[in-house]
Amino acid sequence: MTHSHHTDHSSSPAIVTRGLTRHFTSRKQTVEAVQGLDLEIGQGELVAFLGPNGAGKSTTLRMLTTLIPPTSGTAQVAGHDVVTGQREVRRAIGFVGQGNGAGHRQLGRDELVSQGRAHGLSRADAHRRADELIEDLDLTAVADRKVSSLSGGQRRRLDIAMGLVHLPRVLFLDEPSTGLDPQNRANLQGLIQRLHAESGSTVVLTTHYLEEADALAGRVIVVDHGTVIADDTAARLKSGLGDLVRLGFGSASASARAASRLARVADARVDVADGTVDLRVKDGSAMVGELLADLAADGVPPTRVEVARPTLDDVFLDLTGRSLRETQQSTEPSTPETESEVAA
Amino acid sequence: MSTFVMDTVNVMNRELRPVWREPMSVVFAMIQPLVFLGLFAPLLPQMADGSALQWFVPGIVAMTALMGASFTGSNLMEEMQSGSHERQLVSPLGRPALLVGRALKEVVPMLMQVAIIVAVVTPFSFDLHLGGVLLAALVLSVFSIGVGALSFALALASRGEDWMFWTVQQTLLFPALLTAGVLLPMEGAPRWLEVVSMLNPMTYVVDAVRALFAGTYPADVVLQGVAGAAVVAALGLWVGVRAMRRSS
Ligand SMILES: Nc1ncnc2c1ncn2[C@@H]1O[C@H](COP(=O)(O)OP(=O)(O)OP(=O)(O)O)[C@@H](O)[C@H]1O
Ligand SMILES: [Mg+2]
Repeated sequence: MTHSHHTDHSSSPAIVTRGLTRHFTSRKQTVEAVQGLDLEIGQGELVAFLGPNGAGKSTTLRMLTTLIPPTSGTAQVAGHDVVTGQREVRRAIGFVGQGNGAGHRQLGRDELVSQGRAHGLSRADAHRRADELIEDLDLTAVADRKVSSLSGGQRRRLDIAMGLVHLPRVLFLDEPSTGLDPQNRANLQGLIQRLHAESGSTVVLTTHYLEEADALAGRVIVVDHGTVIADDTAARLKSGLGDLVRLGFGSASASARAASRLARVADARVDVADGTVDLRVKDGSAMVGELLADLAADGVPPTRVEVARPTLDDVFLDLTGRSLRETQQSTEPSTPETESEVAA
Repeated sequence: MSTFVMDTVNVMNRELRPVWREPMSVVFAMIQPLVFLGLFAPLLPQMADGSALQWFVPGIVAMTALMGASFTGSNLMEEMQSGSHERQLVSPLGRPALLVGRALKEVVPMLMQVAIIVAVVTPFSFDLHLGGVLLAALVLSVFSIGVGALSFALALASRGEDWMFWTVQQTLLFPALLTAGVLLPMEGAPRWLEVVSMLNPMTYVVDAVRALFAGTYPADVVLQGVAGAAVVAALGLWVGVRAMRRSS
């Protein structure tokens, strides 16, 4: 592991797992959802589990939040075993699952208050906290409506608010940004970072998006088939990959000429397809201006330019030598697809 | 212990909130047993020892309790699908509190129904014995919590399959009602039916409720009724908590 943990003598890790394993058996078939996970997450870390569908992210979170017992292995969260110390673990954690935490027939505000009460807040404190979160998550207009009438994103924000009511020491978020528009996505990132900075909570979230993991988490754990395939900072995961600069040209001959010029760029990989040149290079986005000027000077100005940051798919390809099994998950929310890379 | 009470009240209040917000649903729930009573009472034969209503009303009350409590799991089914049950499981709410709180959601309307039934039949040939009625309501509440917990466990076992929950609920409901002697007396039943009736804890609950509604307090009958209710409650909580622990 290349990551340095923030552990010191006074604080034990927030999460420790040893050989954590979970199998599911249905119709005589055994799915090894999580296989021998050994993890150590220090107090106050902000960690993202990144992986494709079915990688075992939710199953891991469900074990760590006491929802399902491990098939074998152990896990401690906030110093308590997830099997023998369930009560203590539940007191210390917050969990935003993949589903909707608010009952559909309830009012949002009521759910927030009763969640606060469940965590032992006084009536007054629970109401105060609910008000704060309604404000923070921009739910003022809908908090007193029936949950079933909220939009998907509004419901998601309510789920997140419920996970934050009691300022948990360890917060688990399973795909928190699903269904959020870009503005609310950014908003959520700010909120999580603020919670993390103010209360020093340990935060573990899952995502399909490298961009999101990068924006939020200091540490990214890439999982696939129930095992960890990388554990590092997002920056380092991406550093080997570079950006994808895609240049479009009016004709195949122009693209061929441009490609031969671009071959001179140091440490770059160049792929030419009919009228398009893909350049994979570190810090490509910073280089584009210069590249365009050079090509124009050489008489082959591109007609189209796209720059894409590396995606989960690219990291995955780099780590495993194969593409994601379910490619639709590789679409980053705000960057163009890089199909040619996937196919490469 | 006080956490248990607080958690239970929290869960119960949460469950009841949507009910209070839709008063019409409460009104219809209140009227249902009255309709049943109105249609059935005229058909009752005159009984040797007192009015037929005196015999029949406690049965209707017990039936109302059983039916209401057996619906406890249906709400849970919905919340299992959405994820709010999961959220509650991760919270520090005590597991028995989750069960009892949900079961009480059906007990509160049940008590209101009992009050309305008694209020409506009293002007007719029905003698009101308030002390007995209150004691009977207490026994029925304990019984309902047990049935509610069993219904909860059934919902967990059905794992979101609606048809399974309703099939099992319906299949068990009517035999339980009939063999407890709710609608027709068990006297003169064939031996096998008598045995089934004796094995049904609800039989003792219904017998005790009848005695109490009549303003009599025969120690053996009342104690058996309390024991029957307690057995159902204990069984329900045990099965329910187990089901919750294994629902993963
Ligand atoms: N209750 C269950 N019964 C049977 N198989 C299950 C169960 N829960 C999960 N699995 C299987 O375990 C594997 C891991 O699932 P998990 O939900 O942990 O994936 P995930 O990484 O969260 O995926 P996603 O990104 O789609 O949410 C999958 O193959 C899934 O089908
Ligand atoms: Mg998942």
